[in-house]
Amino acid sequence: MKKWMVTASPHVRSGDTVTGIMLDVIIALLPALIAAVRIFGFRALLVVAVSVASCVLTEYVSRKIMKRENTIGDLSAVVTGILLAYNLPVDIPLWMVVFGAIAAIAVVKQMFGGLGQNFVNPAITGRIVLLVSFPTAMTTFAKPLAWAQGADAVTTATPLASLSQIDLGGNIAAQMNSLSLPTMSQMFFGLIGGSLGEVCTVALLIGGLYLWARHVISPIVPVSFIGTVAVIMLIAGKGNFSFMAYELFSGGLMLGAIFMATDYATSPVSRAGKILFGIGCGIITSVIRLFSNLPEGVSYAIMIMNIVTPLIDRVTLPKPFGTVKEKKEKAEA
Amino acid sequence: MNKRKKPLYQEFTKGIIKQNPVLRLVLGTCATLAITTSFVNGLGMGLAVIVVLVCSNVVISLLRKAIPNKVRIPAYIIVIASFVTIVQMIVKAYIPVLDQALGIFLPLIVVNCIILGRAEAFAGKNSVIASALDGLGMGIGFTAALCTMGLLRELVGAGTIMSGLQSLLSIFGDHVLGGFDGIDLYEVFPALEKLSFEPITLFLLPSGGFFTFGILMAITNRIAEGKGEKKAELHDCGSCPMAASCRMKPEEEKKEESA
Repeated sequence: MKKWMVTASPHVRSGDTVTGIMLDVIIALLPALIAAVRIFGFRALLVVAVSVASCVLTEYVSRKIMKRENTIGDLSAVVTGILLAYNLPVDIPLWMVVFGAIAAIAVVKQMFGGLGQNFVNPAITGRIVLLVSFPTAMTTFAKPLAWAQGADAVTTATPLASLSQIDLGGNIAAQMNSLSLPTMSQMFFGLIGGSLGEVCTVALLIGGLYLWARHVISPIVPVSFIGTVAVIMLIAGKGNFSFMAYELFSGGLMLGAIFMATDYATSPVSRAGKILFGIGCGIITSVIRLFSNLPEGVSYAIMIMNIVTPLIDRVTLPKPFGTVKEKKEKAEA
Repeated sequence: MNKRKKPLYQEFTKGIIKQNPVLRLVLGTCATLAITTSFVNGLGMGLAVIVVLVCSNVVISLLRKAIPNKVRIPAYIIVIASFVTIVQMIVKAYIPVLDQALGIFLPLIVVNCIILGRAEAFAGKNSVIASALDGLGMGIGFTAALCTMGLLRELVGAGTIMSGLQSLLSIFGDHVLGGFDGIDLYEVFPALEKLSFEPITLFLLPSGGFFTFGILMAITNRIAEGKGEKKAELHDCGSCPMAASCRMKPEEEKKEESA
């Protein structure tokens, strides 16, 4: 007769499961997928499908080889697959997609112990591996909507690549006029060159708001990340708001800040840590964009901050409730 | 001297897998990662190290009773540096291509940990023949590791196999091995290019080098484990920034085991 059981805490559990959270992330990523198919044609869907399929397959095979339990049911590999595909240009050869997926899942995630044990974001690392390996294929961007007119292989420069030609010492407004940049509404709705999922800012914002409303992500990291970039760009552009807005809506900033910098396993736990993390990402992104040869730095910024995360966690360790701050001077005296 | 004496041939064989200087003792990593972008570079570097290692081991072993203990490191370095200078001059004179490819890493053999390590750990305490065999085995182990790494990185990163081999063999004559000068996969299989395959340049970069290095290390550990050698273990978590969030803490595990 066991009426009362003695068990260890926790006694109150939330109903959240990994699968549920991942499902929410997938739902949040759908608007960007629809936008990508509209902008870049059905090959976008093919790239996403190949990426997801190879991520799931890699996860299955590597778990099997390592003799661990099967985890493809938690949908985390699907999320990685979608995010990786969102980071690729639409015309990328499909074998490269598979290569990136294997690098992301087998090397970054499973070799370090699987979900929650990876020290950098798998999708970001997959992108960086591909970018370093195939610089040409990864930076050849199709012209938006060209597929609908039947035009084949029309490429275009990304707004970021154009923006990086601006000499920050000179007159910024005049230089921007001469660059023939897309209009602000084209930037906002994604009618620009770029990777699959990063172009349509409005779709990414909808996804981000959904995740916030469902309490899957906290807005601290995205807001501090994007806010830092905004402040630095405003200073660098000598108060030119349109320069700042172009910087915010172009490249992978929205995608990275909302979906990849907020990864649970690779971002700090505490609120102060999240703010530090976001500011760090913002500073590194801005420095790379403004001062380096690369036009875009979001992925490198997130990866570097992922690596620093354990240190941030250590610095921002929350004090247990009720403890009194130790006074060093008194102890010495 | 209570230790049972090992058979002499083991001094030679231990360097190849069990105590492979690069993959098991993790010495000379800098040069390994930097120059293994191709098979030929790896082979050239390996041969240079074999010569220096065998010669310096022999000389240091001969002088082991003459060198005062307190100044042994400077003395070793002078012996090693002399041999490195000789090798460098020979390479410059006869294989200038290799000299260009290896660049600063050829004179840097002087400070290669493997050579000083063997002098300190072995040649300074053992007989001349054993030291020579030890140097030869360690050198061959080093060369084998470098060649494997170079072969893999070159194949994946550039799509070629042993390209530029003739430049290394040119000291032996004009048409050694039937003039075999490596294979370019993209010339042999033109279909590769049509399928939009291209070499994965990541493997020529340092990050790809580290990756190949890690994989080879894991394989060698596995083989050595099968031969009854101990697994290479983590010893101290204090210096690791990941320790705060790391699940695997060997120190604690050890405490638990002993408790």
